[in-house]
Amino acid sequence: MTPQNGGIINGAKTKLAVNIGGIAMKNPVATASGTFGFGSEYAPYIDLNLLGALVVKGITLQPRAGNPTPRLVETTAGVLNSIGLQNPGVERFVGELLPGLAGYDLPVIVNIAGDTIQDYGQLAARLDRAPGVAGLEVNISCPNVKKGGMQFGSDPDMAAEVTRVVKAGTGKPVIVKLSPNVTSIVAIAEQVARAGADALSMINTLLGLAIDLKTRRPVLGNGLGGLSGPAVKPVAVRAVWQVYREVKLPIIGMGGIITAADAIEFILAGATAVALGTANFVNPRATMDVLAGIKRYMIENEVQDINELVGAAHR
Amino acid sequence: MLITDAVVINQEEIIPGFFRMTMSAGEVAKNARPGQFLHVRCADALDPLLRRPVSIHAVDREKGEVALFYRVAGRGTALLAAREKGDRINILGPLGRGFTRPESSGKVSVAAGGIGIAPLYFLLQELSLINTYANVFLGAATKKQLFFSSEIEALGHSVFPATDDGTAGYHGTVVELFTQNLSDTVYGCGPAGMLKSLCRILEQYKIRGEVSLEERMGCGVGACLSCACKTVSAGENYRYSRVCVEGPVFPAGEVVWA
Ligand SMILES: Cc1cc2nc3c(=O)[nH]c(=O)nc-3n(C[C@H](O)[C@H](O)[C@H](O)COP(=O)(O)OP(=O)(O)OC[C@H]3O[C@@H](n4cnc5c(N)ncnc54)[C@H](O)[C@@H]3O)c2cc1C
Ligand SMILES: Cc1cc2nc3c(=O)[nH]c(=O)nc-3n(C[C@H](O)[C@H](O)[C@H](O)COP(=O)(O)O)c2cc1C
Ligand code: FES
Repeated sequence: MTPQNGGIINGAKTKLAVNIGGIAMKNPVATASGTFGFGSEYAPYIDLNLLGALVVKGITLQPRAGNPTPRLVETTAGVLNSIGLQNPGVERFVGELLPGLAGYDLPVIVNIAGDTIQDYGQLAARLDRAPGVAGLEVNISCPNVKKGGMQFGSDPDMAAEVTRVVKAGTGKPVIVKLSPNVTSIVAIAEQVARAGADALSMINTLLGLAIDLKTRRPVLGNGLGGLSGPAVKPVAVRAVWQVYREVKLPIIGMGGIITAADAIEFILAGATAVALGTANFVNPRATMDVLAGIKRYMIENEVQDINELVGAAHR
Repeated sequence: MLITDAVVINQEEIIPGFFRMTMSAGEVAKNARPGQFLHVRCADALDPLLRRPVSIHAVDREKGEVALFYRVAGRGTALLAAREKGDRINILGPLGRGFTRPESSGKVSVAAGGIGIAPLYFLLQELSLINTYANVFLGAATKKQLFFSSEIEALGHSVFPATDDGTAGYHGTVVELFTQNLSDTVYGCGPAGMLKSLCRILEQYKIRGEVSLEERMGCGVGACLSCACKTVSAGENYRYSRVCVEGPVFPAGEVVWA
């Protein structure tokens, strides 16, 4: 079995390659931003070359120290986090971390985050010049400091403006990552698509809170956090389903994927690719296990091309 | 660094709520250094979801066995305590940066608060292999929580107990007791409050020391930045280090206490 391009078992050939807005992936399994560091952290556990794509930790213009601790707490079948975008800033990322990924045969997608519209434009332009970047994933779940902290991702017009600015700054494929903390994720997706996004990814974490009964204070140092893991999966599958119906852009689906069955559910709902986040914490080899399980499902069900399954639940 | 299905050899409740579990895990036993930890999958199901970090407590390289010493603190550790001989447990590790060796001359001490003896016992095993014998300051709330005194003495070290309620040894804190018996190198593990006051004493008397910290963890491998702790090195304001890779053992002078 050649892991690169699907495999042959009992004469059945499976085609796993997908395309996300111009980014060619050899299979549909990617990593979710912020959960897989810059890739090298997991290199002792999996062959990174076998991933469909690597999405790195969110990068900002300036370095960020991140939020006070505790930054993570477990809730029922889920995880609340408030890391606070701790990252070395775009210059050190490009200078020190990106070169380390050059030796791998996989698309590297850089997740970017800003406090202002201008931040996003500058990040896009800086990364456009950086070698080894296959595309950008735009995290619009950040508070806009100029507009009183309102999230870019919660207002269709602001989301569209961020998208336009990033598209203007780079010729590389632009994936906009949608927040589930909105009234209508479809309305945001439509505006972002109109503004020129090449693909969408969803969902980012759900805003949540856990309170300590002893201290009677929020558990996390920052108060609120973002919920991820199995607890959010139905919400994420629903988001993919709704957006797939209305917007003709490829989708990277994520939110609570642990097993291949979870991943296939997202694909049936309309995701062209999937990303694993929290699952990596539970099982560092989760991406590889999911990939193997997708192949097995395809062979057992005589699916020759993964693209046949995309959105199949709508038909 | 690897993922292993370890087999439980023995599970022993030392006093109610405190367990020592021995597992067969040859590669881990071979590679582990004192101060390193394992990221343990306590449940087979998806709730509780995350692994739990637990220090490597003791190692028998010949038998290929590794022991953990843990307190039941919540759902994860309760599930761990329910594991029986013959059960498999998925472990990740050994992970993190452990204790460094003491300088060849000079008196070595170990300061343990309660369950903090967990990683320090492995260190004491290794120290006696290089014929280095330490003063071990064992602190606990009460007498029955002074763990492993006789085992530690059997390794050749000297035990100095301290209890909060005065039921055994010095009536007071382990840090007070250490302050009356200063040494050249100290290794500490215990509650944050204890380590904070230990670090203050070390700074005051310019004593070299290392402390093992705890923070909530996600990945355990340096990828998620959950386990941050504030540290400072020369010429630096402060930064967040990852307890899982830059730690859990840090030079005493580098930790910024809240
Ligand atoms: C590097 C490292 C080594 C450790 N070694 C040991 C050891 O050898 N023996 C031992 O008994 N414990 C050890 N701990 C602490 C142990 O990880 C926690 O007690 C455990 O994760 C609690 O899980 P739970 O599901 O039982 O409790 P939960 O229900 O998750 O939490 C119960 C309580 O424990 C506290 N807690 C949760 N997670 C952690 C954590 N990661 N660190 C500290 N406190 C936490 C919380 O404040 C909470 O109130 C270590 C922690 C770290 C970071
Ligand atoms: C610890 C942690 C850090 C994260 N950091 C980022 C980030 O920097 N940028 C981003 O767009 N999403 C970030 N996310 C969200 C994930 O990429 C993903 O959208 C979310 O966790 C849902 O997927 P999951 O349930 O598989 O984890 C983070 C999630 C976690 C758990
Ligand atoms: S636990 Fe993920 S970086 Fe330490």
